[in-house]
Amino acid sequence: MTQDAFLFLLNGLLWTVGLSAIGFAGGTPAGLAIALARTTAPGPLNRAAAGYIAVFQGTPLLMQLFVVYYGLALIGLKLDAWVAVAIGFTLHASAYLGEIWRGGIEAVPRGQTEAATALGIRYVSRMRDVVLPQALKISLPATIGFLVQLIKGTSLAAIVGFTELARAASIISNQTFKPLLVYAIVGVLYFALCWPLSIWGARMERKLAAASR
Amino acid sequence: MESHADTASQPMIVMEAVEKSYGAFKALTNINLTVRQGERIVLCGPSGSGKSTLIRCINHLERYESGKIIVDGIHLGDDMRTVDAVRREVGMVFQSFNLFPHMTVLQNCILAPMRVRGIVRAEAEGIARALLDRVKILDQADKYPAQLSGGQQQRVAIARALCMQPRVMLFDEPTSALDPEMVKEVLDTMIGLAEDGMTMICVTHEMGFARQVADRVIFMARGEIVEQAPPEEFFRNPKNERTRAFLGEILHH
Repeated sequence: MTQDAFLFLLNGLLWTVGLSAIGFAGGTPAGLAIALARTTAPGPLNRAAAGYIAVFQGTPLLMQLFVVYYGLALIGLKLDAWVAVAIGFTLHASAYLGEIWRGGIEAVPRGQTEAATALGIRYVSRMRDVVLPQALKISLPATIGFLVQLIKGTSLAAIVGFTELARAASIISNQTFKPLLVYAIVGVLYFALCWPLSIWGARMERKLAAASR
Repeated sequence: MESHADTASQPMIVMEAVEKSYGAFKALTNINLTVRQGERIVLCGPSGSGKSTLIRCINHLERYESGKIIVDGIHLGDDMRTVDAVRREVGMVFQSFNLFPHMTVLQNCILAPMRVRGIVRAEAEGIARALLDRVKILDQADKYPAQLSGGQQQRVAIARALCMQPRVMLFDEPTSALDPEMVKEVLDTMIGLAEDGMTMICVTHEMGFARQVADRVIFMARGEIVEQAPPEEFFRNPKNERTRAFLGEILHH
């Protein structure tokens, strides 16, 4: 395999990192909003959030990206591929993160909220200072797990024209007729991206556990 | 309406015809109770009799459905303004301590004064250290709750509530989750608080505590106040049959 081919793969890796970052940057605030709506919002908003989660967990990411990019274009809303992918990943990630964090928030003992409430602490501080730090710790393994899924899921952005790592691999493989070598390299690159994240997650978990022991 | 003047003659807590139900279950029926400033009240009764519900209505952890509650001159309604105003004046201690596990003892104590009263950190820490000293646990200020014994945790919880400088303290079975050898240190702390003139309502089965510090013992059953009397009279000569049955249960063990 030539140096050019390898650089082409590395360029694909860069796109994969970028798409993952977009998904997480968009999914985090939206997911937090969904989780808060699911745990503390009144009826209609709560049900809307539940419906949102059901829709985006219940349909394939591939289809979601397809609908955002091509579907919206059909009704006259032509989005830039970047914007379409950012929207698609944000929707997808926020539904999953929202559900993961809802579980974390609900696992924090009710006495914590009651104690904060009895001290006169209002909603925003109650969540930010008391509930969410504990919920985050509980949800950390699942959050890291989802992040890793998200990194691998970015390969689906190839459908709207992104030459990220997986797409780059298929192009190079077709040119060089050395699929085994190419996909071995790509496998190592994906692993090099995801493994440190898992390590970091495990370390954070230990650190947070130590803080309350 | 929020005047704090003339507090000597004004009752600290007034409950008038307060009612509360959970679905078909009537948790509180026609509760009428007036607590003077500095008065120490012990609430007892069998489990499910509404004792906890009663005190949790006073700081609106539970919403009451009808009747009237006035705390320190503030009529407790459903609007956040009066609820917040009342919560600033009322401290609460729970059976299960409910310290924030991800914060040190000191951080537990300064959170509410900083967030609710808007006090700066240095001042909040000063107040917190003084109160931790008062409950004899200042040397543990930088530890996390899980590093402390149950009795120590509950004393921290008392200090944390006091950091808001409340005018009333509510205790919801503060010693029920403790190992027997730790009950005394918590009760001693509560006795100290009572001697300093704090207005207190304590849900507890510690009848020794009731004898020693209560001005009035109230017995509840099935959501109603059945009997109330000064401790001497309450224990020597309970009038209601349900009170006698209850005292027979808890005193002869």
